Amino acid sequence: MTEYTEETIKRFEDPKHAGKIEETTAVGQVGNTMCGDVMKVYLEIDEDKTIKKARFKTYGCIAAIASSDKICELVEGKTTDEALKITEKQVIKELGDLPPLKHHCSLLGLKALKKAIRNHEEKHSTQ
Amino acid sequence: MDEEQTAYFDSGSTTRIDSKVLEAMQPYFKQDYGNPASAHKKGRKAKRAMNKARETIAKSINAQTKEIIFTSGGTESNNLAIKGAAYANKEKGKHMITTRIEHKSVLNPIKWLVKGQGYTVTYLEVDSQGFVNPEELEKAITDETILVSIIHGNNEVGTIQNMEEIGQVTRRKNVLLHTDACQSFTKTPIDVEKQKIDLLTINSHKINGPKGVGAIYIKEGTKITPLNHGGGHEKNIRSGTPNIHGIVGFAKATEQANKPEHVEKMRKMRDKIIEETLKIPNSKLNGPTGEKRLPNNINIYFKGVEGEALSGYLERKGVYTSTGSACSSKKLEPSHVLTAMGMDPERANSSIRITLSRLTTEKEVEHMLEILPKVLENLRKISPLY
Repeated sequence: MTEYTEETIKRFEDPKHAGKIEETTAVGQVGNTMCGDVMKVYLEIDEDKTIKKARFKTYGCIAAIASSDKICELVEGKTTDEALKITEKQVIKELGDLPPLKHHCSLLGLKALKKAIRNHEEKHSTQ
Repeated sequence: MDEEQTAYFDSGSTTRIDSKVLEAMQPYFKQDYGNPASAHKKGRKAKRAMNKARETIAKSINAQTKEIIFTSGGTESNNLAIKGAAYANKEKGKHMITTRIEHKSVLNPIKWLVKGQGYTVTYLEVDSQGFVNPEELEKAITDETILVSIIHGNNEVGTIQNMEEIGQVTRRKNVLLHTDACQSFTKTPIDVEKQKIDLLTINSHKINGPKGVGAIYIKEGTKITPLNHGGGHEKNIRSGTPNIHGIVGFAKATEQANKPEHVEKMRKMRDKIIEETLKIPNSKLNGPTGEKRLPNNINIYFKGVEGEALSGYLERKGVYTSTGSACSSKKLEPSHVLTAMGMDPERANSSIRITLSRLTTEKEVEHMLEILPKVLENLRKISPLY
Protein backbone atom coordinates (compact mmCIF):
# COMPACT_ATOMS: atom_id res chain seq x y z
CA MET A 1 0.00 0.00 0.00
CA THR A 2 0.95 3.65 -0.22
CA GLU A 3 3.13 4.85 2.65
CA TYR A 4 0.96 6.22 5.44
CA THR A 5 1.80 7.52 8.89
CA GLU A 6 1.08 5.39 11.95
CA GLU A 7 -1.65 7.84 12.95
CA THR A 8 -3.36 7.41 9.57
CA ILE A 9 -3.16 3.62 9.81
CA LYS A 10 -4.46 3.66 13.39
CA ARG A 11 -7.46 5.79 12.37
CA PHE A 12 -8.13 3.57 9.38
CA GLU A 13 -7.89 0.28 11.26
CA ASP A 14 -9.75 1.32 14.32
CA PRO A 15 -11.81 4.44 13.70
CA LYS A 16 -13.40 5.83 16.86
CA HIS A 17 -16.12 7.77 15.10
CA ALA A 18 -17.44 5.31 12.54
CA GLY A 19 -21.17 4.85 12.58
CA LYS A 20 -24.26 6.98 12.28
CA ILE A 21 -26.53 9.14 14.40
CA GLU A 22 -30.25 8.46 14.16
CA GLU A 23 -32.73 11.29 14.21
CA THR A 24 -30.50 14.16 13.25
CA THR A 25 -31.01 16.71 10.51
CA ALA A 26 -27.28 17.42 10.33
CA VAL A 27 -26.28 14.89 7.70
CA GLY A 28 -24.03 15.60 4.75
CA GLN A 29 -23.06 13.25 1.95
CA VAL A 30 -20.55 14.04 -0.78
CA GLY A 31 -18.87 12.23 -3.62
CA ASN A 32 -20.20 9.49 -5.86
CA THR A 33 -19.02 6.11 -6.99
CA MET A 34 -18.38 7.45 -10.50
CA CYS A 35 -15.41 9.46 -9.28
CA GLY A 36 -14.37 7.36 -6.32
CA ASP A 37 -15.06 8.08 -2.67
CA VAL A 38 -18.38 8.58 -0.91
CA MET A 39 -18.49 10.17 2.55
CA LYS A 40 -21.38 10.72 4.88
CA VAL A 41 -21.05 12.82 8.05
CA TYR A 42 -23.63 12.83 10.86
CA LEU A 43 -23.62 15.54 13.53
CA GLU A 44 -25.49 16.08 16.78
CA ILE A 45 -25.71 19.84 17.28
CA ASP A 46 -27.18 21.45 20.40
CA GLU A 47 -29.08 24.72 20.71
CA ASP A 48 -26.02 26.90 21.14
CA LYS A 49 -24.56 25.41 17.95
CA THR A 50 -22.03 23.18 19.66
CA ILE A 51 -21.28 19.86 17.97
CA LYS A 52 -21.87 17.26 20.66
CA LYS A 53 -21.18 14.20 18.59
CA ALA A 54 -19.85 13.45 15.11
CA ARG A 55 -19.98 10.16 13.20
CA PHE A 56 -19.14 9.09 9.67
CA LYS A 57 -19.58 6.40 7.04
CA THR A 58 -17.05 6.32 4.25
CA TYR A 59 -16.56 4.33 1.08
CA GLY A 60 -13.01 5.03 0.05
CA CYS A 61 -9.35 4.40 0.49
CA ILE A 62 -7.28 4.33 3.68
CA ALA A 63 -6.71 8.10 3.56
CA ALA A 64 -10.42 8.76 3.09
CA ILE A 65 -11.42 6.66 6.10
CA ALA A 66 -8.65 8.06 8.32
CA SER A 67 -9.47 11.67 7.33
CA SER A 68 -13.16 11.14 8.08
CA ASP A 69 -12.36 9.84 11.55
CA LYS A 70 -9.93 12.68 12.23
CA ILE A 71 -12.42 15.32 11.11
CA CYS A 72 -15.10 13.90 13.42
CA GLU A 73 -12.67 13.98 16.32
CA LEU A 74 -11.66 17.56 15.56
CA VAL A 75 -15.20 18.93 15.43
CA GLU A 76 -16.60 17.35 18.58
CA GLY A 77 -16.93 20.08 21.20
CA LYS A 78 -16.52 22.89 18.69
CA THR A 79 -19.25 25.27 17.57
CA THR A 80 -20.40 24.96 13.97
CA ASP A 81 -18.64 28.25 13.15
CA GLU A 82 -15.38 26.93 14.57
CA ALA A 83 -15.82 23.63 12.75
CA LEU A 84 -16.26 25.41 9.43
CA LYS A 85 -12.84 27.00 9.87
CA ILE A 86 -10.99 23.66 9.87
CA THR A 87 -8.75 23.44 6.82
CA GLU A 88 -7.50 20.60 4.66
CA LYS A 89 -3.96 21.44 5.82
CA GLN A 90 -4.97 21.06 9.46
CA VAL A 91 -6.46 17.61 8.88
CA ILE A 92 -3.36 16.47 7.03
CA LYS A 93 -1.16 17.83 9.81
CA GLU A 94 -3.20 16.04 12.45
CA LEU A 95 -2.71 12.78 10.57
CA GLY A 96 1.05 13.32 10.50
CA ASP A 97 0.95 13.67 6.74
CA LEU A 98 -0.80 12.28 3.67
CA PRO A 99 0.72 11.40 0.31
CA PRO A 100 0.06 14.28 -2.16
CA LEU A 101 -2.10 11.99 -4.30
CA LYS A 102 -4.41 11.58 -1.29
CA HIS A 103 -4.78 15.21 -0.21
CA HIS A 104 -8.17 15.45 -1.89
CA CYS A 105 -9.50 12.78 0.50
CA SER A 106 -9.29 15.14 3.47
CA LEU A 107 -10.91 17.89 1.42
CA LEU A 108 -13.82 15.60 0.60
CA GLY A 109 -14.36 14.93 4.31
CA LEU A 110 -14.50 18.65 5.01
CA LYS A 111 -17.04 19.10 2.23
CA ALA A 112 -19.24 16.46 3.87
CA LEU A 113 -18.89 18.28 7.19
CA LYS A 114 -19.89 21.61 5.64
CA LYS A 115 -22.85 20.01 3.94
CA ALA A 116 -24.02 18.49 7.23
CA ILE A 117 -23.82 21.87 8.97
CA ARG A 118 -25.58 23.64 6.09
CA ASN A 119 -28.37 21.05 6.04
CA HIS A 120 -28.82 21.51 9.77
CA GLU A 121 -28.97 25.30 9.47
CA GLU A 122 -31.44 25.20 6.60
CA LYS A 123 -33.79 22.88 8.49
CA HIS A 124 -33.63 25.08 11.57
CA SER A 125 -34.12 28.41 9.84
CA THR A 126 -37.31 27.17 8.20
CA GLN A 127 -38.77 25.77 11.41
CA MET B 1 5.99 -8.15 10.23
CA ASP B 2 7.19 -11.69 10.83
CA GLU B 3 7.66 -13.51 7.51
CA GLU B 4 5.94 -16.55 9.06
CA GLN B 5 2.65 -14.71 9.25
CA THR B 6 2.58 -13.39 5.71
CA ALA B 7 0.45 -14.79 2.94
CA TYR B 8 1.48 -13.61 -0.50
CA PHE B 9 -1.30 -13.38 -3.08
CA ASP B 10 0.23 -11.01 -5.58
CA SER B 11 2.05 -13.46 -7.83
CA GLY B 12 0.44 -11.84 -10.87
CA SER B 13 2.73 -8.89 -10.11
CA THR B 14 5.81 -10.89 -9.31
CA THR B 15 6.86 -14.08 -7.55
CA ARG B 16 9.53 -15.24 -5.17
CA ILE B 17 12.40 -17.11 -6.71
CA ASP B 18 12.46 -20.91 -6.58
CA SER B 19 15.52 -22.14 -4.62
CA LYS B 20 16.48 -24.52 -7.44
CA VAL B 21 16.47 -21.58 -9.85
CA LEU B 22 18.68 -19.54 -7.58
CA GLU B 23 21.03 -22.48 -7.25
CA ALA B 24 21.25 -22.89 -11.03
CA MET B 25 22.16 -19.21 -11.39
CA GLN B 26 24.93 -19.20 -8.76
CA PRO B 27 27.92 -20.31 -10.91
CA TYR B 28 27.27 -17.54 -13.42
CA PHE B 29 28.01 -14.69 -11.01
CA LYS B 30 31.56 -15.41 -9.80
CA GLN B 31 32.79 -18.35 -11.82
CA ASP B 32 31.28 -18.62 -15.30
CA TYR B 33 30.74 -14.92 -15.72
CA GLY B 34 32.06 -14.67 -19.28
CA ASN B 35 30.52 -12.66 -22.08
CA PRO B 36 29.04 -15.06 -24.63
CA ALA B 37 30.48 -12.84 -27.37
CA SER B 38 34.05 -13.52 -26.16
CA ALA B 39 36.09 -16.17 -28.00
CA HIS B 40 37.89 -17.51 -24.92
CA LYS B 41 36.92 -20.37 -22.67
CA LYS B 42 34.79 -18.31 -20.27
CA GLY B 43 32.98 -16.78 -23.22
CA ARG B 44 32.36 -20.15 -24.80
CA LYS B 45 31.03 -21.53 -21.54
CA ALA B 46 28.57 -18.66 -21.24
CA LYS B 47 27.53 -19.15 -24.85
CA ARG B 48 26.88 -22.84 -24.25
CA ALA B 49 24.75 -22.05 -21.22
CA MET B 50 22.82 -19.49 -23.21
CA ASN B 51 22.19 -21.87 -26.09
CA LYS B 52 20.95 -24.50 -23.70
CA ALA B 53 18.60 -21.98 -22.12
CA ARG B 54 17.39 -20.92 -25.54
CA GLU B 55 16.58 -24.53 -26.37
CA THR B 56 14.58 -24.95 -23.17
CA ILE B 57 12.54 -21.81 -23.81
CA ALA B 58 12.01 -22.64 -27.49
CA LYS B 59 10.84 -26.14 -26.70
CA SER B 60 8.35 -24.89 -24.11
CA ILE B 61 6.38 -22.99 -26.78
CA ASN B 62 7.12 -25.29 -29.74
CA ALA B 63 9.41 -22.77 -31.45
CA GLN B 64 12.79 -23.21 -33.14
CA THR B 65 15.81 -22.30 -31.04
CA LYS B 66 16.81 -19.53 -33.45
CA GLU B 67 13.42 -17.87 -33.04
CA ILE B 68 14.07 -16.92 -29.38
CA ILE B 69 15.67 -13.56 -28.51
CA PHE B 70 16.45 -12.76 -24.88
CA THR B 71 15.43 -9.35 -23.52
CA SER B 72 15.19 -7.58 -20.18
CA GLY B 73 11.59 -8.65 -19.63
CA GLY B 74 7.97 -8.29 -20.64
CA THR B 75 7.95 -4.54 -21.16
CA GLU B 76 10.96 -4.65 -23.47
CA SER B 77 9.61 -7.61 -25.43
CA ASN B 78 6.24 -5.89 -25.90
CA ASN B 79 7.94 -2.67 -27.01
CA LEU B 80 10.21 -4.56 -29.38
CA ALA B 81 7.33 -6.49 -30.90
CA ILE B 82 5.12 -3.46 -31.41
CA LYS B 83 7.55 -0.70 -32.36
CA GLY B 84 9.85 -3.17 -34.12
CA ALA B 85 7.07 -4.59 -36.30
CA ALA B 86 5.57 -1.14 -36.87
CA TYR B 87 8.86 0.30 -38.14
CA ALA B 88 9.81 -2.71 -40.21
CA ASN B 89 6.44 -2.82 -41.95
CA LYS B 90 5.62 0.86 -42.41
CA GLU B 91 5.82 0.55 -46.21
CA LYS B 92 3.06 -2.02 -46.07
CA GLY B 93 0.77 0.00 -43.84
CA LYS B 94 0.42 1.90 -40.59
CA HIS B 95 -2.68 0.41 -39.00
CA MET B 96 -2.63 -1.73 -35.86
CA ILE B 97 -5.31 -3.58 -33.94
CA THR B 98 -5.33 -4.30 -30.22
CA THR B 99 -7.83 -4.66 -27.38
CA ARG B 100 -8.97 -2.50 -24.49
CA ILE B 101 -7.67 -4.99 -21.92
CA GLU B 102 -3.96 -5.01 -22.73
CA HIS B 103 -1.13 -4.39 -20.30
CA LYS B 104 0.20 -0.83 -20.30
CA SER B 105 3.40 -2.01 -21.97
CA VAL B 106 1.33 -2.81 -25.06
CA LEU B 107 -1.11 0.11 -24.88
CA ASN B 108 1.53 2.78 -24.35
CA PRO B 109 3.95 1.91 -27.21
CA ILE B 110 0.89 1.88 -29.50
CA LYS B 111 -0.25 5.24 -28.13
CA TRP B 112 3.24 6.60 -28.78
CA LEU B 113 3.17 5.35 -32.38
CA VAL B 114 -0.25 6.89 -32.92
CA LYS B 115 0.56 10.20 -31.29
CA GLY B 116 3.80 11.06 -33.02
CA GLN B 117 4.57 8.52 -35.72
CA GLY B 118 1.51 8.61 -37.92
CA TYR B 119 0.11 5.17 -37.08
CA THR B 120 -3.55 4.41 -36.47
CA VAL B 121 -5.12 1.90 -34.11
CA THR B 122 -8.41 0.07 -33.72
CA TYR B 123 -9.32 -1.13 -30.22
CA LEU B 124 -11.38 -4.31 -30.15
CA GLU B 125 -14.13 -4.45 -27.56
CA VAL B 126 -14.37 -7.43 -25.21
CA ASP B 127 -17.45 -9.14 -23.77
CA SER B 128 -18.42 -9.21 -20.08
CA GLN B 129 -15.94 -12.03 -19.45
CA GLY B 130 -13.11 -10.27 -21.27
CA PHE B 131 -13.16 -12.28 -24.50
CA VAL B 132 -12.34 -10.86 -27.92
CA ASN B 133 -14.61 -11.93 -30.76
CA PRO B 134 -12.49 -13.30 -33.66
CA GLU B 135 -15.20 -12.22 -36.11
CA GLU B 136 -14.88 -8.64 -34.89
CA LEU B 137 -11.15 -8.92 -35.37
CA GLU B 138 -11.60 -10.09 -38.95
CA LYS B 139 -13.89 -7.15 -39.68
CA ALA B 140 -11.38 -4.68 -38.23
CA ILE B 141 -8.51 -5.80 -40.48
CA THR B 142 -7.92 -3.53 -43.49
CA ASP B 143 -5.34 -3.47 -46.32
CA GLU B 144 -3.35 -1.09 -44.14
CA THR B 145 -3.22 -3.41 -41.10
CA ILE B 146 0.27 -4.65 -40.23
CA LEU B 147 -0.04 -5.93 -36.68
CA VAL B 148 -2.58 -7.38 -34.26
CA SER B 149 -1.63 -7.50 -30.57
CA ILE B 150 -3.88 -9.43 -28.20
CA ILE B 151 -2.99 -10.45 -24.64
CA HIS B 152 -3.07 -14.24 -24.17
CA GLY B 153 -3.98 -14.49 -20.47
CA ASN B 154 -5.24 -11.25 -18.97
CA ASN B 155 -3.28 -10.01 -15.97
CA GLU B 156 -6.26 -8.64 -14.07
CA VAL B 157 -9.11 -11.07 -14.63
CA GLY B 158 -7.33 -14.11 -16.04
CA THR B 159 -9.31 -14.42 -19.28
CA ILE B 160 -7.48 -16.74 -21.70
CA GLN B 161 -8.15 -15.80 -25.30
CA ASN B 162 -8.67 -18.45 -27.95
CA MET B 163 -5.36 -17.87 -29.73
CA GLU B 164 -5.93 -20.67 -32.19
CA GLU B 165 -9.03 -18.98 -33.60
CA ILE B 166 -7.40 -15.57 -33.52
CA GLY B 167 -4.30 -16.94 -35.23
CA GLN B 168 -6.37 -18.44 -38.02
CA VAL B 169 -7.83 -15.02 -38.78
CA THR B 170 -4.51 -13.14 -38.79
CA ARG B 171 -2.67 -15.81 -40.83
CA ARG B 172 -5.46 -15.91 -43.41
CA LYS B 173 -5.40 -12.12 -43.66
CA ASN B 174 -1.60 -12.06 -43.79
CA VAL B 175 -1.26 -9.80 -40.76
CA LEU B 176 1.31 -10.28 -37.97
CA LEU B 177 -0.01 -11.57 -34.67
CA HIS B 178 1.68 -10.59 -31.40
CA THR B 179 0.58 -11.85 -28.02
CA ASP B 180 1.68 -10.84 -24.54
CA ALA B 181 1.93 -14.20 -22.79
CA CYS B 182 3.65 -13.08 -19.56
CA GLN B 183 0.76 -14.29 -17.41
CA SER B 184 -0.12 -17.41 -19.35
CA PHE B 185 3.38 -18.80 -19.94
CA THR B 186 3.63 -22.29 -18.37
CA LYS B 187 0.08 -21.88 -17.02
CA THR B 188 -1.83 -22.75 -20.16
CA PRO B 189 -0.55 -24.39 -23.35
CA ILE B 190 1.33 -22.20 -25.80
CA ASP B 191 2.17 -23.65 -29.20
CA VAL B 192 3.28 -20.97 -31.64
CA GLU B 193 2.80 -23.29 -34.62
CA LYS B 194 -0.67 -24.46 -33.74
CA GLN B 195 -1.78 -21.02 -32.58
CA LYS B 196 -0.14 -19.32 -35.59
CA ILE B 197 1.64 -16.70 -33.49
CA ASP B 198 4.30 -14.51 -35.12
CA LEU B 199 5.54 -12.58 -32.08
CA LEU B 200 5.25 -13.63 -28.45
CA THR B 201 6.30 -11.99 -25.19
CA ILE B 202 7.28 -14.02 -22.13
CA ASN B 203 9.25 -13.27 -18.97
CA SER B 204 10.88 -14.95 -16.03
CA HIS B 205 9.78 -13.25 -12.82
CA LYS B 206 6.13 -14.31 -13.13
CA ILE B 207 7.17 -17.98 -12.98
CA ASN B 208 9.39 -17.93 -9.87
CA GLY B 209 12.45 -16.92 -11.88
CA PRO B 210 14.63 -13.82 -11.51
CA LYS B 211 13.48 -10.32 -12.48
CA GLY B 212 15.04 -8.41 -15.36
CA VAL B 213 14.94 -11.16 -17.96
CA GLY B 214 12.47 -12.21 -20.61
CA ALA B 215 12.28 -13.25 -24.21
CA ILE B 216 10.55 -12.56 -27.44
CA TYR B 217 9.70 -15.25 -29.94
CA ILE B 218 10.03 -13.94 -33.48
CA LYS B 219 8.76 -16.32 -36.14
CA GLU B 220 11.41 -17.08 -38.72
CA GLY B 221 11.26 -14.57 -41.57
CA THR B 222 9.41 -11.87 -39.59
CA LYS B 223 10.90 -8.42 -40.10
CA ILE B 224 11.64 -6.53 -36.87
CA THR B 225 13.51 -3.25 -36.43
CA PRO B 226 15.63 -3.34 -33.25
CA LEU B 227 15.20 -0.88 -30.38
CA ASN B 228 18.79 -1.30 -29.18
CA HIS B 229 21.51 -0.69 -31.73
CA GLY B 230 24.99 -1.74 -30.63
CA GLY B 231 27.33 -4.68 -30.74
CA GLY B 232 24.94 -6.91 -32.64
CA HIS B 233 24.04 -9.46 -29.97
CA GLU B 234 21.04 -11.70 -30.40
CA LYS B 235 21.25 -11.67 -34.21
CA ASN B 236 21.36 -7.88 -34.28
CA ILE B 237 17.85 -7.70 -32.87
CA ARG B 238 18.82 -6.97 -29.27
CA SER B 239 22.31 -5.58 -28.73
CA GLY B 240 23.72 -5.57 -25.21
CA THR B 241 25.76 -8.09 -23.22
CA PRO B 242 23.29 -10.86 -22.36
CA ASN B 243 22.15 -11.21 -18.76
CA ILE B 244 23.62 -14.68 -18.59
CA HIS B 245 22.78 -15.56 -14.98
CA GLY B 246 19.26 -14.25 -15.55
CA ILE B 247 18.88 -16.26 -18.74
CA VAL B 248 20.06 -19.44 -17.01
CA GLY B 249 17.59 -18.73 -14.19
CA PHE B 250 14.78 -18.06 -16.65
CA ALA B 251 15.36 -21.42 -18.36
CA LYS B 252 15.54 -23.25 -15.04
CA ALA B 253 12.32 -21.57 -13.91
CA THR B 254 10.64 -22.62 -17.16
CA GLU B 255 11.80 -26.19 -16.70
CA GLN B 256 10.54 -26.24 -13.11
CA ALA B 257 7.21 -24.59 -13.88
CA ASN B 258 6.31 -26.53 -16.99
CA LYS B 259 4.69 -29.47 -15.28
CA PRO B 260 0.97 -30.25 -15.45
CA GLU B 261 0.78 -30.95 -11.70
CA HIS B 262 1.57 -27.29 -10.93
CA VAL B 263 -1.31 -26.07 -13.08
CA GLU B 264 -3.57 -28.65 -11.46
CA LYS B 265 -2.53 -27.54 -7.96
CA MET B 266 -3.08 -23.85 -8.70
CA ARG B 267 -6.41 -24.50 -10.36
CA LYS B 268 -7.68 -26.41 -7.33
CA MET B 269 -6.49 -23.66 -5.01
CA ARG B 270 -8.06 -21.02 -7.24
CA ASP B 271 -11.41 -22.78 -7.31
CA LYS B 272 -11.39 -23.30 -3.55
CA ILE B 273 -10.71 -19.60 -2.98
CA ILE B 274 -13.43 -18.62 -5.45
CA GLU B 275 -15.91 -20.99 -3.82
CA GLU B 276 -15.12 -19.76 -0.31
CA THR B 277 -15.09 -16.04 -1.11
CA LEU B 278 -18.37 -16.24 -3.02
CA LYS B 279 -19.98 -17.46 0.20
CA ILE B 280 -19.46 -13.93 1.51
CA PRO B 281 -22.70 -12.02 0.83
CA ASN B 282 -22.72 -9.56 -2.08
CA SER B 283 -19.55 -10.76 -3.72
CA LYS B 284 -19.13 -11.56 -7.40
CA LEU B 285 -16.38 -13.09 -9.49
CA ASN B 286 -14.97 -10.90 -12.27
CA GLY B 287 -13.99 -12.82 -15.40
CA PRO B 288 -14.55 -16.39 -16.59
CA THR B 289 -14.41 -19.72 -14.74
CA GLY B 290 -12.81 -23.07 -15.50
CA GLU B 291 -10.30 -23.78 -18.25
CA LYS B 292 -10.73 -20.37 -19.85
CA ARG B 293 -9.36 -18.62 -16.76
CA LEU B 294 -5.69 -18.53 -15.75
CA PRO B 295 -5.20 -21.19 -13.05
CA ASN B 296 -3.62 -18.65 -10.69
CA ASN B 297 -6.01 -15.69 -11.02
CA ILE B 298 -8.95 -14.66 -8.84
CA ASN B 299 -10.61 -11.26 -9.13
CA ILE B 300 -13.54 -10.58 -6.85
CA TYR B 301 -15.97 -7.75 -6.32
CA PHE B 302 -17.09 -7.05 -2.76
CA LYS B 303 -19.97 -4.63 -2.71
CA GLY B 304 -19.50 -1.44 -0.71
CA VAL B 305 -15.79 -1.75 0.04
CA GLU B 306 -13.16 0.16 -1.85
CA GLY B 307 -10.38 -2.08 -3.17
CA GLU B 308 -7.44 -0.08 -1.86
CA ALA B 309 -8.91 0.02 1.64
CA LEU B 310 -9.57 -3.73 1.58
CA SER B 311 -6.13 -4.51 0.20
CA GLY B 312 -4.52 -2.15 2.74
CA TYR B 313 -6.41 -3.70 5.65
CA LEU B 314 -5.43 -7.18 4.49
CA GLU B 315 -1.81 -6.09 4.31
CA ARG B 316 -1.97 -5.05 7.96
CA LYS B 317 -2.96 -8.64 8.69
CA GLY B 318 -0.08 -10.00 6.62
CA VAL B 319 -2.11 -10.81 3.50
CA TYR B 320 -0.75 -9.32 0.28
CA THR B 321 -3.21 -8.74 -2.55
CA SER B 322 -3.65 -6.07 -5.19
CA THR B 323 -6.26 -3.87 -6.77
CA GLY B 324 -6.50 -3.98 -10.53
CA SER B 325 -2.98 -4.35 -11.85
CA ALA B 326 -0.13 -3.32 -9.61
CA CYS B 327 1.12 -0.86 -12.20
CA SER B 328 -1.96 1.30 -12.03
CA SER B 329 -2.84 0.95 -8.35
CA LYS B 330 -1.29 4.32 -7.57
CA LYS B 331 -3.63 6.05 -9.99
CA LEU B 332 -7.14 6.99 -9.11
CA GLU B 333 -9.00 5.83 -12.21
CA PRO B 334 -10.95 2.58 -12.12
CA SER B 335 -9.27 -0.38 -13.83
CA HIS B 336 -9.38 -0.05 -17.63
CA VAL B 337 -9.84 -3.81 -17.90
CA LEU B 338 -12.90 -4.05 -15.63
CA THR B 339 -14.34 -0.94 -17.26
CA ALA B 340 -13.84 -2.45 -20.74
CA MET B 341 -15.78 -5.51 -19.54
CA GLY B 342 -18.73 -3.22 -18.90
CA MET B 343 -18.47 -2.83 -15.14
CA ASP B 344 -19.50 0.42 -13.51
CA PRO B 345 -16.90 2.38 -11.48
CA GLU B 346 -18.31 1.15 -8.15
CA ARG B 347 -17.79 -2.48 -9.11
CA ALA B 348 -14.40 -1.77 -10.70
CA ASN B 349 -13.19 0.15 -7.64
CA SER B 350 -14.55 -2.42 -5.18
CA SER B 351 -12.67 -5.39 -6.63
CA ILE B 352 -9.42 -7.01 -5.59
CA ARG B 353 -7.07 -9.39 -7.32
CA ILE B 354 -5.77 -12.52 -5.60
CA THR B 355 -3.04 -14.28 -7.61
CA LEU B 356 -1.19 -17.53 -6.91
CA SER B 357 2.07 -19.10 -7.92
CA ARG B 358 2.99 -22.78 -7.87
CA LEU B 359 4.78 -22.08 -4.57
CA THR B 360 1.69 -20.70 -2.81
CA THR B 361 0.96 -22.90 0.22
CA GLU B 362 -2.28 -24.26 1.68
CA LYS B 363 -1.35 -22.47 4.89
CA GLU B 364 -1.30 -19.15 3.09
CA VAL B 365 -4.71 -19.90 1.56
CA GLU B 366 -6.18 -20.80 4.95
CA HIS B 367 -4.76 -17.66 6.55
CA MET B 368 -6.23 -15.46 3.84
CA LEU B 369 -9.63 -17.16 3.92
CA GLU B 370 -9.78 -16.71 7.67
CA ILE B 371 -8.86 -13.02 7.62
CA LEU B 372 -10.82 -11.86 4.57
CA PRO B 373 -14.41 -12.14 5.89
CA LYS B 374 -13.48 -10.36 9.13
CA VAL B 375 -11.79 -7.49 7.36
CA LEU B 376 -14.71 -7.16 4.98
CA GLU B 377 -17.17 -7.06 7.84
CA ASN B 378 -15.25 -4.23 9.49
CA LEU B 379 -15.09 -2.18 6.32
CA ARG B 380 -18.68 -2.80 5.33
CA LYS B 381 -19.82 -1.65 8.76
CA ILE B 382 -18.48 1.82 8.00
CA SER B 383 -19.53 1.97 4.35
CA PRO B 384 -22.37 4.31 3.33
CA LEU B 385 -22.97 2.04 0.32
CA TYR B 386 -23.59 -1.14 2.24
